[in-house]
Amino acid sequence: MKITVLQNIMNANDQLAERNLAILNRNGVLAVNVMSSPGAGKTTLILETIRRLRNRVRIGVIEADVASTIDADKIALESVPVVQINTGGQCHIDANMVSNALERIPLKDIQLLLIENVGNLICPADFKIGVQKNIMLLSVPEGDDKPFKYPLMFTTVDAVIVSKIDYLPLSDFNLDQFRQTVEGMNRKARIFSLSARTGEGFEAWVSWLESVLKDFSGGKGSGGDQRKTD
Amino acid sequence: MHELSITQEILNIALDKAKEAEANRVLQINLVIGEISSVVDDCVQYYFDFISKDTIAHGAKLNFRRIPLQVKCRICGHEFSPSGEHWKCPVCQQWDAEIIGGNEFYMESIEVE
Repeated sequence: MKITVLQNIMNANDQLAERNLAILNRNGVLAVNVMSSPGAGKTTLILETIRRLRNRVRIGVIEADVASTIDADKIALESVPVVQINTGGQCHIDANMVSNALERIPLKDIQLLLIENVGNLICPADFKIGVQKNIMLLSVPEGDDKPFKYPLMFTTVDAVIVSKIDYLPLSDFNLDQFRQTVEGMNRKARIFSLSARTGEGFEAWVSWLESVLKDFSGGKGSGGDQRKTD
Repeated sequence: MHELSITQEILNIALDKAKEAEANRVLQINLVIGEISSVVDDCVQYYFDFISKDTIAHGAKLNFRRIPLQVKCRICGHEFSPSGEHWKCPVCQQWDAEIIGGNEFYMESIEVE
């Protein structure tokens, strides 16, 4: 006997993600899911963002890694609340891990929650975690052809940050072509290019983040995790 | 590598549906997976055989129907399958494509007895 099911496999995760989003919205916290390959500069981006915004915005961080607390230790030095998730081998964080981490973050005390996903351009794109904004970094040494190789990631994020642009003179990375590629695949994505080391381009990213936060606090936008998995 | 958690979800859904139908055994599970959904078929079947032991779904065959990546040109509306670096619309030569297929991931049906 054949039974029609037509059910999204990610349904259970998606429902938990919606619950996370509701908790964040209720507490007035804007959460940003930061994704990239290992070594693209997620932790550095988060650290530098904290340093530039800390006087104006109360920030908390969730750090996810397969193992270790190296990144969380670095964040803790900035004296912001940080929770470490160790995924124990899993290549991404899912809504359940974030749900547990949210219980350990003082949501009442923060306005912006930066969530560093596991370094991976594939799996995190499939798992909603329940945030208002999803962003990704691509570092110059990785090459400008990555959108074609990881289309799901590039087509579902709200912002793409090209990091380590101080390496551009040493590389054949074509920034204009890359922009055109991303714009052609994902109309909503804002594209930034920056270097945390030299500071070039960083201010544009931070002001965008602040404007998103302002819109969110003004109640205009809490659109939610719009990424499609079905 | 997230096939294990996905496989667990596939098993849960199949067992739920089989229970609703008061079935004794799940024989086949038909899944629809888009080309850009990152799931490795062999891996899922391997995990499934392992974690379905002691359930009525043990021995069930997983069938995967793959859906190719399909995009729609936002300029002229033409629908096409991009390959590699060829995302440009073959009709109007513009590059402004919206994904309309290839990111699916759902269970279509199960065969039970």
